[in-house]
Amino acid sequence: MTSRYVRFLAAPALAAVLAAVAGGATAAGSVAPLKVVTTTEDLASLAREVGGDRVTVVGLAKGYQDPHQVDPKPSFILEVSRADLLIAVGRELEIGWLPALVTSSRNAKVQAGGTGFLDASRNVKILEIPTGQITRAMGDVHPEGNPHYWLDPGNGRQIAKAIRDKLIALAPNDRAVFEQRYAQFDTRLAAAEKKWDAALAPYKGAKLVTYHRSWPNFMERWGLNVIGYVEPKPGIPAPPSHIIQLIDEMQRQGVKLIVVEPYFSLKTPQSIASRIGGTVLVLAPSVGGVKEAGDYIQLFDYNVAQLTAALKQATGR
Amino acid sequence: MARLRLSLVCGLWALAATTASPALAQSSTAASVQAAKPAGPDEVRRVREELDRLRQEFDSLRRVYDDRLQQLEQRLSQIGGGPLVVTPPAVPVAPPATPQAVEPAPPQTQAPVASSKVFNPDMSVNGNFIGAAGRNPFATLSPMQMSEVEAAFQAVVDPYARADFFLAVGREGAEVEEGYITFTSLPGNLLLKVGKMRAQFGKMNTLHTHTLPSVDRSLVTENLVGGDEGFSDAGFSVSHLVRNPFMFVELTGEAYAGTSELFQSDQRSKLAYVGRVRGYRDLTESSNIDLGVSLATGPTRVEVGPGLLAGSISTPTLSAVGLNRRLVGFDATFRYRPLRRAIYQRLNLRTELIWSRQEMPDAPYERAFGMYASGEYQFARRWYIGARADRSGRALDAAAIDKGGAVFLTFWPTEFSQIRGQFRRINFAEGARANEFLMQFNFSIGAHGAHVF
Repeated sequence: MTSRYVRFLAAPALAAVLAAVAGGATAAGSVAPLKVVTTTEDLASLAREVGGDRVTVVGLAKGYQDPHQVDPKPSFILEVSRADLLIAVGRELEIGWLPALVTSSRNAKVQAGGTGFLDASRNVKILEIPTGQITRAMGDVHPEGNPHYWLDPGNGRQIAKAIRDKLIALAPNDRAVFEQRYAQFDTRLAAAEKKWDAALAPYKGAKLVTYHRSWPNFMERWGLNVIGYVEPKPGIPAPPSHIIQLIDEMQRQGVKLIVVEPYFSLKTPQSIASRIGGTVLVLAPSVGGVKEAGDYIQLFDYNVAQLTAALKQATGR
Repeated sequence: MARLRLSLVCGLWALAATTASPALAQSSTAASVQAAKPAGPDEVRRVREELDRLRQEFDSLRRVYDDRLQQLEQRLSQIGGGPLVVTPPAVPVAPPATPQAVEPAPPQTQAPVASSKVFNPDMSVNGNFIGAAGRNPFATLSPMQMSEVEAAFQAVVDPYARADFFLAVGREGAEVEEGYITFTSLPGNLLLKVGKMRAQFGKMNTLHTHTLPSVDRSLVTENLVGGDEGFSDAGFSVSHLVRNPFMFVELTGEAYAGTSELFQSDQRSKLAYVGRVRGYRDLTESSNIDLGVSLATGPTRVEVGPGLLAGSISTPTLSAVGLNRRLVGFDATFRYRPLRRAIYQRLNLRTELIWSRQEMPDAPYERAFGMYASGEYQFARRWYIGARADRSGRALDAAAIDKGGAVFLTFWPTEFSQIRGQFRRINFAEGARANEFLMQFNFSIGAHGAHVF
């Protein structure tokens, strides 16, 4: 009986030795691209822009998925366990799922304080940092500010820069590649920004409503004015009283446009739109949110084109 | 076995020991503006380009000084121990169009330290209030009770480990429900936990009460796996992640002191052991399957009636110690959650089968079997409905089969509170029947916990 249990308990140890041997053999081979794991598709896109063929990139949450509500699936643990670099949005966007993945990954590089962890939010412009006493009565509020900051291309540039610097630190021999690719991305982004600026310039000051507080950086970047939200507070479904107030406010200010993320039900926004003769517009809050938003620049290409068309219809400009 | 224990302890020690100014890229040159003679179109374009370049260089310089100012403010905040200051750039940053534009200093990737308070652990408190109505001849629930208050303290210990404490206060007083350190940086894809914790036996045993999909635990948990308290004990757990391209495979080995509801040891040399193999695979991006096989073995103290103890007719009950109990469990979970509608729709189907073999004082083993199958479906953003079917023998009397079932409806106002109603029916082996309505209010304050998976 005892020997049976010995065999049962010895199995993990044997597997550990085999895995360590296999890992060592891989490490002794040719220099492999850095394995980068990102929590979102936006960060994945930026990592691909900067890293090129010197990195392999996996994004965990899909662009059409609510990034707050992601399951910490064991398949994600496998991905994080193999990562040379883990890039997170931060500002507690992933607080419900990323810590569990990191702890279970057994990967020392990506633990808190590890060389292979990058919080992309540390040198970007963060909006809506709450002041005063913060309570859950404010909804699912993020104490460190609104985490949807990647929706400002200026912040995208800062994220790419942070990724470039981290990749250089991890693979200094590829410094020239990362610097060149960043510079190329920077140039393309700058050219695209001029295009987006020109497209949205006629609508500066235009008013609209969004479902969730996903867009403050986007709207501030182009001078658009969000007068209200379908959610009364972050993460809280709207009661009828809030909808009535929102409809009154939209009618009072002549607002006709409601922007919705692809992972929210359209039922309530469409009900509001039908009452005010307005339009519901589904924009992509992340790369991959719609199939046309295949990378970071295409994300803005899509959103700006859709928004411009909707604003033209809503404002008549 | 003693040699095995010694080698495990030595292995643990061995594992623990192993863990233990920006410069301008290019200076600007003054633009030479020829004002003496009228400029041609080419000259105008050239001057405009030069002006654009100068403007971009100016913006870049401004970014450099903004960044420097930001870093200085953050350092000042650190020195002064003041509040966390997050200072975004004062104006939206204009993009540099030329590669030779000035680069700011590398971004600071860590938040400035506000004060020593940041080292405090994440804290939260969960309250679990249960009301009960209806008939149950073996009732253990009073009409209303604060079933449990659980306080959690969780933080990173150092670069090599994190710690989690769960202190529970219930009807039986206060206790450390769990309190363990997890070494996260071991070689060989190993994860080591040391402390008091819920054993990795099956699925339901690993869940805290407030994370269950129903008010109560299944009958098989009550009859064969230690009841409400479950299999929770002081010991250590080593798990290994088998990296492969096909699926998630985790092997776990654990040793416990034998001071739980499930195992009771009367000697230091007799411990309880757990082994588990877990496999997981995504079937699609929205569905997955999670399978596990668990084994637990250890000494027990058995209290039996006189009829079961040879030659002990005169004594109402007697205790026999050091009798082996072995549990073998199989669990399977299927999950479906469409990503585009993840906040509105979810389906979890789960079953656990458990075989128990209890050594008895008068020779033959008592072999009991129990199982449950449950389903939980989210049909709206804040609403779940579920059902569970139970059937279980008893560890010391396999012929006594308890059967039951439950249906439950849960309303989740937010992630931090839930209200649940449950109807439960149990047909006890003695022939008695329970029909109960249970009501649960479950609420949390403090730090955001991990999503249950």
